[in-house]
Amino acid sequence: MARIGVFVCHCGENIGRTVDCARVAQALGELPGVAHAADYKYMCSDPGQALVKQAIVEKKLDGVVVAACSPHMHEKTFRRTVSSAGLNPFLCEMANIREHCSWIHEDCEAATVKATDLARFMIEKVKHNVPLQPIRIPITRRALVIGAGISGIQAALDIADGGRDVVLVEKEPSIGGHMSQLSETFPTLDCSQCILTPRMVEVYQHPRIKLYSYSEVDAVEGYIGSFTVRIRRKARSVDESKCNGCGECQKVCPNRKIPSEFDVGLGKRSAIYVPFPQAVPNIPVIDRENCALYKGRARGAKKQACGRCAEACGRQAIDYDQQDSFVTEKVGAIIVATGYQLYSIGKQQEAENLKGYGEYGYGRIPDVIDGLQFERLASASGPTSGKILRPSDGKEPKTIAFLQCIGSRDPAKGMEYCSKICCMYVAKHTMLYHHKVHDGKAVVFYMDIRAAGKGYDEFARRAIEESHALYLRGRVSKMYREGDVIKVFGVDTLSGEPVVIDADMVVLATAMRPQPGIEALAQKLSISYDGHGFINEAHPKLRPVETNTAGVFVAGACQSPRDIPDSVAMASATASKVLGLFSAEELEREPLVAHIDPALCVGCFHCERVCAYGAIEHKEIRDKNDNLIKIVAEVNSGVCQGCGTCQATCPSKADELEGFTDQQIYAEINAF
Amino acid sequence: MSSTTTSTITAKAAQGFEPRIMAFVCNWCTYTGADLAGTSRLHMAHNVRIVRLPCTGRIDPLFIIKAFERGADGVIVSGCHPADCHYSVGNYHARRRFAIGRGLLKFFGIDERRLTFSWVSASEGKKWADVVNETTARIQGLGAFDAFRNLTEDWK
Repeated sequence: MARIGVFVCHCGENIGRTVDCARVAQALGELPGVAHAADYKYMCSDPGQALVKQAIVEKKLDGVVVAACSPHMHEKTFRRTVSSAGLNPFLCEMANIREHCSWIHEDCEAATVKATDLARFMIEKVKHNVPLQPIRIPITRRALVIGAGISGIQAALDIADGGRDVVLVEKEPSIGGHMSQLSETFPTLDCSQCILTPRMVEVYQHPRIKLYSYSEVDAVEGYIGSFTVRIRRKARSVDESKCNGCGECQKVCPNRKIPSEFDVGLGKRSAIYVPFPQAVPNIPVIDRENCALYKGRARGAKKQACGRCAEACGRQAIDYDQQDSFVTEKVGAIIVATGYQLYSIGKQQEAENLKGYGEYGYGRIPDVIDGLQFERLASASGPTSGKILRPSDGKEPKTIAFLQCIGSRDPAKGMEYCSKICCMYVAKHTMLYHHKVHDGKAVVFYMDIRAAGKGYDEFARRAIEESHALYLRGRVSKMYREGDVIKVFGVDTLSGEPVVIDADMVVLATAMRPQPGIEALAQKLSISYDGHGFINEAHPKLRPVETNTAGVFVAGACQSPRDIPDSVAMASATASKVLGLFSAEELEREPLVAHIDPALCVGCFHCERVCAYGAIEHKEIRDKNDNLIKIVAEVNSGVCQGCGTCQATCPSKADELEGFTDQQIYAEINAF
Repeated sequence: MSSTTTSTITAKAAQGFEPRIMAFVCNWCTYTGADLAGTSRLHMAHNVRIVRLPCTGRIDPLFIIKAFERGADGVIVSGCHPADCHYSVGNYHARRRFAIGRGLLKFFGIDERRLTFSWVSASEGKKWADVVNETTARIQGLGAFDAFRNLTEDWK
């Protein structure tokens, strides 16, 4: 007869309010095989855990069920508890009576019955649990960082400075991300490039960082401690080993009218270009879609249409025939730091919920720009060398309307979330504008001013009090061009008056969204993402930089809208997680892997066909005279990830997934 | 304990039928989505009992048949959306098995409408609550699944 101990947690009032925990414990205590049943206010607390340990020793328990919160929350906690009392940790199971019961039901009677049921299932399951030993696997002590914006740069430098090698992959020709586009940063107004570019150079020169710029992650295989990553190195058409960044090629390029991505369309670049003068690496790339030579090739022209850059290059670095190439890197941990894009209204209308805001004329009225474009106008390295001049006629705008929450906090037409940084950067924009155009008038339409953060509210107040920005609480209904000005029709909800502003320029603070292609990347990494494409963290509070896939971490604005300090903090957090992981000699893995009984296996190898990891191997069974009896399947437990698909496929029931064996699951079902 | 449950259920049945539904869900998407429904305090029907599996790929069609045999009035199978499987392809195997297994249900004399198959991701707490509520309402409409139970009675 089993000797199971059942521990029902009240979780303060979280469970106790709806579930009669004492009654649950009492009912469970009467079940066959249950040797001990108790309830306690906080089972995860020190005295709570002590109760579990004491019962294990005193009652000689051979299985433990903790009816409390989700196993995702505290399974590890209680397995450690059980282990410290001398019981194998895998003899402990959790029944989720909080997230799956008390929090979602109001009817106390029904919730109590359900909680009892859920715990009862686990009691029946745990009777069939067997002691398991963790699997030890070696670790590759190198990290992959995807994305080299400020988050990726910070994470890579922290890990490299901690003494471990880093592979850094950036899809753009230069590292630096959005931060390199910013003029000045809140709340200190220090120059973005001045604090960022030294870090970029540091990355490039660091002996422990291997940088792949203009490259993308193509495929990922493996698991924590042992990932194999295939990286696509997109063809630059320039040999990186030969180029010395002299820039002669760009001077001779005949096509110089291409809208610059770095200047968000406000500036122009040539077809062979570096995104900006401080780019790292300072190696140009040929934009094949806009290059005369490649356009000629695409037309099938016999004569080479252009070739001036190759002629101008003194080092023969230009290679028009370069192809995408692939490299494979082995790493033990991965950090995703792919950052954000701005919701570019008028341009991205791919999804139904992104069809709003045509009334603001973005894309139609040249003087309606977004926040990132204003950054470029205000930046000393920008198309106007830091002068605030409007795009249509190059005049200095005397009135600028700033519209906050365009696409944010608007479930009807945009995203329901708050993009977090807009209140602060709009305040910054009004200050930059005031500093550069002293007689300029900034009018801000806002919903709320959300300025939580160190020095943030003081900063927003400065915009109003020192830079005299006029803050109007209300939204804008429409805008159109009339002569030289943009008529902005809004409302000041605090006075209840409609407002019409004759603005020379309008800046839209559009919502932050994850980078395009984030879903495809997440699928390669087997990590989950929310409806907007932001990467899901393993736990919103306690595991904010981990994902649900062990060994994959997340930093910066690809997880949710974040400003620079937040992104940097998060990046350092991932680096510390990775360094912690790399500090162990070997990695311990949960032994929840499949096993195949060679006596039952008929060697059909259906399991091999369904296994996504190639974990099934062939094993010869021989008699004592070395005659081959049969070839059976065997699981490589270092490779097996424990999905159990092979077990459900096995026709001879030779396959068992530890922790979720047929016996265990049927025991749960039978308890129904 | 079983007697407590049974008596409660009988008492409830007198007022209005409260079906018993078993849900086989994967650990990474739907279980976590159901956790999110909890943390978001989304109130839903109390009729569903979740069995956690690593992946929908682990689900043997016999689990579903067994659940009906053991008195479930309905069964939910839910995992990660296509392409989002934590184990890359487990949900595809589950989907194929489901396509074939559905026919098996009919053979066993189980109304197909008693089985719900859905994709609920880790961020879709609301969708999980909808799946639970919709399934519960549908099974309430269908009434208790007593075909197997009646058979046993006959044999007695």
